[in-house]
Amino acid sequence: MISRRRVGAATVVVAGGLAVAGLLGLATGPAPIGAGDVAAALVGRARSDLAATVVLELRLPRVLLAALAGGGLAVAGAAFQALTRNPLADPAVLGVAGGAALGAVLGHLWGLEGSLAATVGLSAAAFAGALIAATTVYLIATSGGWLPVQTLLLAGVITGLFFSAVITLVVSLVDFAQLGGILHWLMGSLGIVGYRPVAVIAVGTAAGSAMVYAQARALNLLALGEESALQLGVEAERVKRVVFVAASLLTGVIVAQTGPIGFVGLIVPHGVRLAVGADNRLLLPVAAGAGATFLVLADTLARLVVQPAELPVGVVTAFCGAPFFVYLMRTRLRRRTP
Amino acid sequence: MTPPPVFAVREVEFGYGGAFRLTGASFEVAEGEILGLVGPNSSGKTTLLRLLSKVHVPDRGEIRFRGTPIGAVGRLALARDVAVVPQEEQLAFSVSVEELVLMGRFPRGAGRLFEGPEDLARAREAMALAGVLDLGNHPVDALAGGERQRALIARALAQEPRVLLLDEPTSHLDLLHQRHLVGLLRRLNRERGMTVVFVSHDLNLAGELADRLLLLSDGRLVRLAPPREVLDEAVLEEAYGCPVWVERLASGRPVVLGVRL
Repeated sequence: MISRRRVGAATVVVAGGLAVAGLLGLATGPAPIGAGDVAAALVGRARSDLAATVVLELRLPRVLLAALAGGGLAVAGAAFQALTRNPLADPAVLGVAGGAALGAVLGHLWGLEGSLAATVGLSAAAFAGALIAATTVYLIATSGGWLPVQTLLLAGVITGLFFSAVITLVVSLVDFAQLGGILHWLMGSLGIVGYRPVAVIAVGTAAGSAMVYAQARALNLLALGEESALQLGVEAERVKRVVFVAASLLTGVIVAQTGPIGFVGLIVPHGVRLAVGADNRLLLPVAAGAGATFLVLADTLARLVVQPAELPVGVVTAFCGAPFFVYLMRTRLRRRTP
Repeated sequence: MTPPPVFAVREVEFGYGGAFRLTGASFEVAEGEILGLVGPNSSGKTTLLRLLSKVHVPDRGEIRFRGTPIGAVGRLALARDVAVVPQEEQLAFSVSVEELVLMGRFPRGAGRLFEGPEDLARAREAMALAGVLDLGNHPVDALAGGERQRALIARALAQEPRVLLLDEPTSHLDLLHQRHLVGLLRRLNRERGMTVVFVSHDLNLAGELADRLLLLSDGRLVRLAPPREVLDEAVLEEAYGCPVWVERLASGRPVVLGVRL
């Protein structure tokens, strides 16, 4: 039986891994700073002003952003997978990330950048885009008040393709000079300045994750299929709607800051499920920690390989994610067939 | 004043995709009764169970649960009273038998995110009753059909229901386990006053277990009567559309020997 204690223990272990990844991320960069100096800077006893500035003002916001985005995307992926009863679902597959990206692109073009209000506005625009995409998918797939899962995935793929076409259209119509950072952002990047985006994303991911986690037990029952869930007392449609909105919120606030970053929402929950089982009460927090660790490490690698330039982090997640996914599929298939 | 029946079904019509699955069925299920639903394939038996468990809402007519229109009974409240054993279940993700049975505790503590020791004790009791206590750690998708069916029965019992709805509960069970299940259902009925509604293709087993049989054919209620009257050559022939061979034992109990070829 999953107990609070087991969830707590697993969370502590995962948080330990995340702390190590975080230290690695803080120590990595064009200016080499040792782990000791990083730790000193973190507790406010930096040995030089330069170290303090680099660690606290340049690298820490970035590492925090990576952790929040990675954790949030993994929770959103796990939520969509539980919702659709399909391990292939994630914000990108369901078209929700595409909707969020379109919302954010339009937000950028409206000049939502700079102030706190603008940062919140940009996140709201992306959330609205995510919600519109999720609702579109939901409406396409719903027939007679039901939500058959296969139709949902198909509708998601179609919606995602449509939204990326609209983004391409918008980008081609707009004057090149006006595009500014959009093209870079569209590749997926964690290069931000300051703590403002971190604060906005922290509030958004905390709210979204809490909403999903509150439904964790009901989501477990949804895995039995809609009919059995209803017969066990789950208000299936309401649970689905709440989780849909929460996962769209997570996707929206994250995509607004980082651009679309693939594979995290897909492979992290999948891998974690193989390790700790499918119980969402354990799966969700462990996936959050694992997703955070994964994206922090991926971003560290992205900054390391082509110094002094850096790779879009989405390239690293795809390069690590795709082979890992194939490996998981193969080992799982082998275990299934004796 | 006599308490209202567990289910009162009045002139219920229901269909999906244009084709009617159930037309104008009216009947009552009394407290403490064992009712068997029988009839040919796609005659509406499973649909009827789904209507009684509020998965479907009737297009016309009314279903009352203990006197209250079933639409007004909350899903959780209904699940605390009525447990369903589905014929089969496609699990999206792998879970253990114990995890599956613990899910039956959801209606008894939906507000809590985690099950407590009380839930575990009830789940273990239910597993012992259904004979799956040693399978606790086995993944459900690795079980044989009969074991899976018994795990589903354990989950239903973990709900501590007063009414049990079963869809072909013996379809994957061998003779010994059929006997166990019939014994278990009878005991629950006698000792706890549990009301049982089950669907079965096995007319003899249904006749043996049920107080009354409800014979459906093509979405219509053909006959609702004690097994002796329903397991009759003329009645069954009309419902199934083929000649049926029924013999009577010395005790008068009818035995369906099969189709007349």
